[in-house]
Parts: sequence; structure tokens; C-alpha cells
Amino acid sequence: MGASQFFWGRTTVAVLRFMLLGLLVVAPLSQASDNPTFDQGVELLKARSFNTKTDGVDKIAASGHPAAAQVLVYLLKSDLYFRESDQRLVYGQRDGRNYHISDALTSEDLGTVNKRELDKIKTNNRLRAHIRSTIATLNLTSPDAAVRLAGVSQLLDKPDPDAVDIVRRQLDQESDKTVAEAMRTVLALEDIKSEDKNTALGAIEQLSGSLLPAARNGLQRIADNSTDKDRKRAAAKALSAIQTKLQMNELAETLFFGLSLGSVLVLAAIGLAITFGVMGVINMAHGELIMLGAYTTYIVQLLMPNHIDLSLFVAIPAAFVVSGLVGIGIERGVIRFLYGRPLETLLATFGISLILQQLVRTGISAQNVAVENPSWMSGSLEINAVLSLTYNRLYIIVFALIVFAALLVILKKTALGLQVRAVSQNRPMARAMGVRSAWVDAMTFGLGSGIAGVAGVALSQLTNVGPNLGQAYIIDSFMVVVFGGVGNLWGTLVAGMSLGVVNKFLEPWAGAVLAKILVLVFIILFIQKRPRGLFPQKGRAAEG
Amino acid sequence: MKSKVRALAPALLASCLAGAASIAHAADTIKVGILHSLSGTMAISETTLKDTMLMLIEEQNKKGGLLGKKLEPVVVDPASNWPLFAEKARELLEKDKVAATFGCWTSVSRKSVLPVFEELNGLLFYPVQYEAEESSKNVFYTGAAPNQQAIPAVDYLMNEVGVKRWVLAGTDYVYPRTTNKLLEAYLKAKGVAAKDIMINYTPFGHSDWQSIVSDIKKFGSAGKKTAVVSTINGDANVPFYKELGNQGISAEDIPVVAFSVGEEELSGIDTKPLVGHLAAWNYFQSVDSEANEDFIKAWKKFIKNDKRVTNDPMEAHYIGFNMWVKAVEKAGTTDPAAVQEAIIGVAVPNLSGGYSAMMPNHHITKPVLIGEIQEDGQFETVWQTSGLVVGDAWSDFLPGSKDIISDWRRPLSCGNYNVKTGKCSGQNY
Repeated sequence: MGASQFFWGRTTVAVLRFMLLGLLVVAPLSQASDNPTFDQGVELLKARSFNTKTDGVDKIAASGHPAAAQVLVYLLKSDLYFRESDQRLVYGQRDGRNYHISDALTSEDLGTVNKRELDKIKTNNRLRAHIRSTIATLNLTSPDAAVRLAGVSQLLDKPDPDAVDIVRRQLDQESDKTVAEAMRTVLALEDIKSEDKNTALGAIEQLSGSLLPAARNGLQRIADNSTDKDRKRAAAKALSAIQTKLQMNELAETLFFGLSLGSVLVLAAIGLAITFGVMGVINMAHGELIMLGAYTTYIVQLLMPNHIDLSLFVAIPAAFVVSGLVGIGIERGVIRFLYGRPLETLLATFGISLILQQLVRTGISAQNVAVENPSWMSGSLEINAVLSLTYNRLYIIVFALIVFAALLVILKKTALGLQVRAVSQNRPMARAMGVRSAWVDAMTFGLGSGIAGVAGVALSQLTNVGPNLGQAYIIDSFMVVVFGGVGNLWGTLVAGMSLGVVNKFLEPWAGAVLAKILVLVFIILFIQKRPRGLFPQKGRAAEG
Repeated sequence: MKSKVRALAPALLASCLAGAASIAHAADTIKVGILHSLSGTMAISETTLKDTMLMLIEEQNKKGGLLGKKLEPVVVDPASNWPLFAEKARELLEKDKVAATFGCWTSVSRKSVLPVFEELNGLLFYPVQYEAEESSKNVFYTGAAPNQQAIPAVDYLMNEVGVKRWVLAGTDYVYPRTTNKLLEAYLKAKGVAAKDIMINYTPFGHSDWQSIVSDIKKFGSAGKKTAVVSTINGDANVPFYKELGNQGISAEDIPVVAFSVGEEELSGIDTKPLVGHLAAWNYFQSVDSEANEDFIKAWKKFIKNDKRVTNDPMEAHYIGFNMWVKAVEKAGTTDPAAVQEAIIGVAVPNLSGGYSAMMPNHHITKPVLIGEIQEDGQFETVWQTSGLVVGDAWSDFLPGSKDIISDWRRPLSCGNYNVKTGKCSGQNY
């Protein structure tokens, strides 16, 4: 990777398309001429080894053949073939089961053939990256800033003296700030190798504080290998400045990772905070209600295949309704007969969870289903070269906070919330005041289940959607609710977020497996000390 | 007398219909056990293999069965529960008296049934790539050993992609741990420094990959070409690739080569973040051969779904089943001892246009293919070994096993023979 992170992401495609167009225009089509270098290059493409093919690409690029660029573009798109009968280099487009081919050099139409008559010239990752960079360095003078940036970025990874000279000439005319910065880095990287001491020291100064991996690696080489003391010292100083900056960024990154893991935990647990926390029902089918929410997203996407970007906005209310109704069904059908008998409730809801899983397995598929990410959820927000925050995580943190706030409002500001709190604190008294406690139970359970469904929509964007989705989150959910303090929404939020952050800070040095175990051990010890969690409920309700 | 029997018949039928029917059945059919989980976590992968076996048996019956008898599948469901695998295996061997069993997916399920098959002298055909370091008289390993998948994949990355730094990422259980130990030893033997190897394990079904992907990104920014060798188990893969995509790491920056991602796994997910990443297998659905075309057509027709895909373990069952059929024909009986002897050296067509043969160590010969993931969930083969690779039961790169060989032909008849000490360890595997 390296400096190409300048243009990673969505722009890549646009840039590439632009390059291709540019090349197609500059390469006039002509008959195959006698160009031995080009012919050698084409011959090398027949090899099985990708190293040989890379040599072939270089030969073709250096040949100056008018069709060279066009051939490379075809190769990049994996559309280049040899015709088996006469070994002619052809460009093929898939046409149903057959291929429509034309001469790769002259574009002469050669009709349609079966794929068995063609030998595809295979490319791999590395070869494609090579072709791309070969094409990109030709684009340093492009009028499009994004294309220039791509070209310069390629130079950071693979310095090429000729191209560096072009950069030196171009720098003065460069209007785009980012491109100019990248160009200066490229030049500095070249200059630190300079014989002239002042030039070299100036270049080291220029690179100091740059977060680009290429800059770091360049400085490291000087610090390790230079024979000159001053240069060595300057490089080491620059490196330590970079190191400090890196550590700050790393800290920020870990914190972000922790919060995003925490927000997932909060989302998964917050529905349970209501059914378990407020109502005291041990609902082992909570995970399956999350799963139903995720499957609702899948079905919504099936129903509106052309509007994937909007599908989540439809899926959120839909999942709330589906999971909520199933939840009410479970409450009315099973749980209400078992109030006050926690063991039976546990077993019954565990049975329900198995039934729901198997229903999905036989009804939809035992396989995982594909839920697509809307385009606005892919990619990342780049703060600098080493710190970027992925959009899907950012949105989910925000979403978790919104759901939390909405629940808080419902419980504290609405009539339903008032009744829920009344029933959970003192059922006989609430009934005496005219609260229909059975109805409130059903609504509360429905609310908790519906929120689980909404969490399922969010999880469908992060993980697999399959029959086992719920099982992965049920333990974590109980953990968060118990740690936060049963019956306290704020406890759930704080517990989820802090467990996420602690987990992520432990992970780098303990590993993912051990970090999880450590967190569990910590919770066990904590519960020993404070059995009612972080924020215990006070007063008479707590005794009931 | 005759009339008496006739008079008795309805009563007999009524009283012990099931028993009588099964006895009559046993006489003119050969039973084939199918031991794959149809419920629980592994159902996702194993259900397909059960259907594959049913199709192969149906086709064989259409061709007239075996030794003049029809084949009868006996399907049991071990429900992704490892001890239950052993129980069901015992049931198949003792109660149903199956001639051969095709089954298991995870290594732990295989280890669980191994003592049963050895005790009752049954035959098990195991179709999944695994960590090797095992060779049982009663098991035929038709999936890839590490030298038929992991090692060639690393060779490809090293020689054709120029990879200098390695991330070995896996799920925390026996297959990744053994494979990574082996790969680490192999890389070090090839001159890779310890600081250029990063090993990472994650729990089953891990879904929060942020820190690990960020670490990989940092590890890969040291200026040397980096690749990830992934033994991450099925389910955890999707969030892993998604996170790679979101953090801006493309297949051209840091390619990931996976040993557990096949067509079946890809058919359940949004493939966009995976395009260009690699997988190493012995078969891809995209392989261009007549045999494969017929197989895919037959599969789609049998399963009555045009969208279903084929994958590597299915091919392993195809090869294993045909080998067993051929060995039974050669031996003239389904007796396990005779089949064990007859099957060594048997060669049958595989789906990539060649022949696979059963070797004396109960592993088979296969080609190794490296494919890049395409948008449609299929693989494009970018590289393949020039010939067939013989499965190695005992790795040459691990200190404990490099002197051990396995040869089930007489007179050696040992799965664990130490060439240095000249002793057979005596254990059966």
C-alpha cells in the first residue's frame, strides 16, 4: 500500500476511467508495424509466469508502438486474448456464452467465437498494479488534479528518476495544494539521498512530521544506513517527531474503535435493558429478535433492489414493527404465563430462540444471505495519512446514540413510559391506579423487541446475516446490562461504551481472544464486588 | 403350508412391518452412510455435501448400481455437535451396517469419529481441506493437505507477487494453529525474518475487525510488499473483508489469500469488498472442462435451483465416491478390509480435467489452483501447479513430523512410521 492511500476509495475508479479515456484518445489506431520490442513484449505475455508478463508489459510500454497504450488498457481490464488458431492478439467482449472479438492492434472486427477458441491472458493483482502505475506516471501533466495526484502517489511507492524530473519542473505551476504537498514529498524523498549535505538536511527537515509511510521508510533508511553523522542525527530526530505524532493518532484511532465496538454493544443490549432490565424477563430469544431485524433488512433490499441507498430508512421502521410484533406474540403467548418463574421463562425463551432459528433456516436458507451496504456507508473519512474513520462505524455510533435518546424520551416523557415505570416499580399499586398492567407488559416487551429489531438493521451492515446471528450477541447483551446495572438505561450506555473501549485498548497487546477473556474476568470480579452493577437501582423497587 | 403362510402374512406384516422391510432391504442394497450436520452452525456448509452425496448415489443407481445391487443412502444428522458425531457414526456402523461413510467437516468432528471407525473397522471419506498430521487406516482424506493448498499459495505470493512480509491470520482452533505453525516454519526456511511475520488469532465468528485491520495496515506500510494468509473460518470472513475495504486496503495493496472461502461462502454475501482477493483450492466452479460442465449441470438439475454453486469439498466427494465405487468393483466386495487394499492406486477423473489417484498414505493427488474472486462470486484462476501434487500426511516442515511417513500397503501397513528409528508408533493414526 503506502502512499497510494492518497487516492484510495471511490476516486480510484473515476481516476482510472479518466486515464483510460485519455489514453484511448492519444493512441491513434494503426496497422501493426514492424516494432521488434513490441512484438517481443507481446510474446512474453504468453508466458505462465507473472514476472515474465511484467517484463512483457514494460517492453510494450517502452516500445513506442502506437497501439501500446491501448493494448495495456485492454490487459488491465482482462479483456485481452490470443486466438488459438493463429495466435493473433485480440480484444474480446463477452457476448452471452460466446465472445465478440476484434484485433487488439487494428480494432478489425473478427466476429464471434466460442471461449474455447481463445486463450485468455491472465493478470493478477500485482500485474494490474504495475500496469496502472505504468499508465499513471504518464499522467503527471494531466489537467485533472485527481489524476495528477494518482501519478505522484505512484512515485512515492516506486521512485522513477525520469518522472521525478518532470515533477521538479511541474511543481512551480502546481495549483492544487494536496498535489503540491505530495510533489514536495516525492522530491524530498529523492533529495535525502543527495550528495550535497545541505540539500539532504533540508529534505529531512521537509519530511519531518510527515505521516506518509513512504516518508517514514525513507527517513528510516537514512537513520540506519547513512555514514554521515549529521544526517543520521537529523533523520533520527525527524523520526521521533513522526513517532510522537503517530502515537497520538493511534490513541485517537483506538478510542474510535472502542467507541464503535461499544455502540454495537449498546445497540444489541438496549432492547434487553428494557425487557430484562425494566421487566425482569430473562429473554434468551433476544438475539433472535435482532436476527429478525437483520433479515427484515434483507427482505426490504429484495423488494427494492434499485434503491439500496434508501433501503435502510425503510428497513428501520419495518424491522421495529416485525420484531416488535413477534415480541408481543412471545409475551402474550408464552411469557405472561410465566411471570415470577425465572427458570421456566429462561427455558421457554431458549426454546423459542431455537424455533425462530430453525424457522429462518428452513424458511429462507441455512446459508447466510447477502445484505448490501449502501454506498454512503462504505469508505472512510480521512483525517490524515494514518488516521481514517470508517463511515459505517461513524454512522453506527451516531445511530446508537439516537436510539438511546429516543428510548429515554419514550420512558421519561410519554404516558406509556410513565405506566411502564409504574408497573415495574409496584405492580399492585399501579393496577389500583387504573393502569392496565397486562397491556403495559405487552407494550413494554414489544418496545424492547422492536429496538432489538432496529439493532439488527445496524448489525446487518457490519456482520453476516444468517440464522446464527443472534447467538453471537446474546451473551454480550446480558453482560452489558448486568454490568451497567439492571433497570438503568444510562448504565447500559456507560457499560457498553466502557467495555468497548477497554476491549480495544487491551486488544493490541493481549490479542483478540485474550482481550475478551480478560474483559469477562473483570466483569465477574466487578459483579462480586458490586452485584447490582455500575448504577444500582435504589429504593423500594430495587427490593422487589 | 403355503396357505398357512399366506394366512399368517398379514399378521406378520402388521406386527413387524418395519423390521421385515429393513431385513428384506438389506439383502439387495448396499448402504452408504452420510454423516453431515443438517442443523446447527455447520449446517451452512454441510447440507450441500449431503445433497451432493445423494446426487452421486442417485446417478450411480441409474447406471445400474454397484455389484448388481442398488446403493441406499443412510442420512443421519449429527447437528454440529462433536460428541454426537461419534454416536451417529456408531449407529451407522453397528445398526445400519453401512459399507462406507462420507462425512465430517471440521477437524474436531473427524477426531471425534476416528476411534469409532477404527474400532468397528469402517471406511470414512473426509472431503475437506485440513491440517494433516494424521493418517488412519480407516479414513481416506480427499480434501487438501497443507502441501496441496497452503504451501503452493505461499509459493505463489512469494514468487509471482513478490511478497516480503506476511500476516498469518486465523480463527483460534486446531486447523489454523497447525497450518500457521507449518507456514511459519516454511517461511523461515525460505529466509523470511521473524519480524516480517505477524501472527494473529481471533475467536470464532469474530466481527469487530477494526483494530486488527488497522494493525495489518500499519504492518504493511513498512515499504515491503505485504500479504495476508487467511485461515479465518467462514463466518468471520465477511466483516473482515468489509473492514479491509472500508479502511481503504485494496487487493492490489495487500492481497489476502484465503483457504476457507469458496463459491458457497461467496454466494451468501455482498462480494464487492472481496473482488481481487485470492483463494487457493483444488477446484473452482469456473474450471473449464467437460467433466465439470456436466457436473454443474447435473447438480443444478438435482437441486432444482439454477443459482446454486459447486465448490471444492463437493469435488472431493465426487472423487472419493468414484474411487470407492471403483475399489469395490476391483475387490468384488464391499468388505472394508478388501476395499482398503483395493483402493490404493485407484485413479478416477477429477473435475479439472485430469485424474486423481489414491496414494498409499490415504491422501490423493490433486492440482492446486489460485483464483481471484470476481464480482459474480466466482473465481478466475490466475495460477496453477504444472502437475498434480501428492497429499502429504506428515509435513516435512515441522520438527515432530518430518521423519514420519505413512504407507498402508503391506508389509509396512503403518500410518505413523518413523524412518529414522525404523519404528511404527503403533498408534493407528
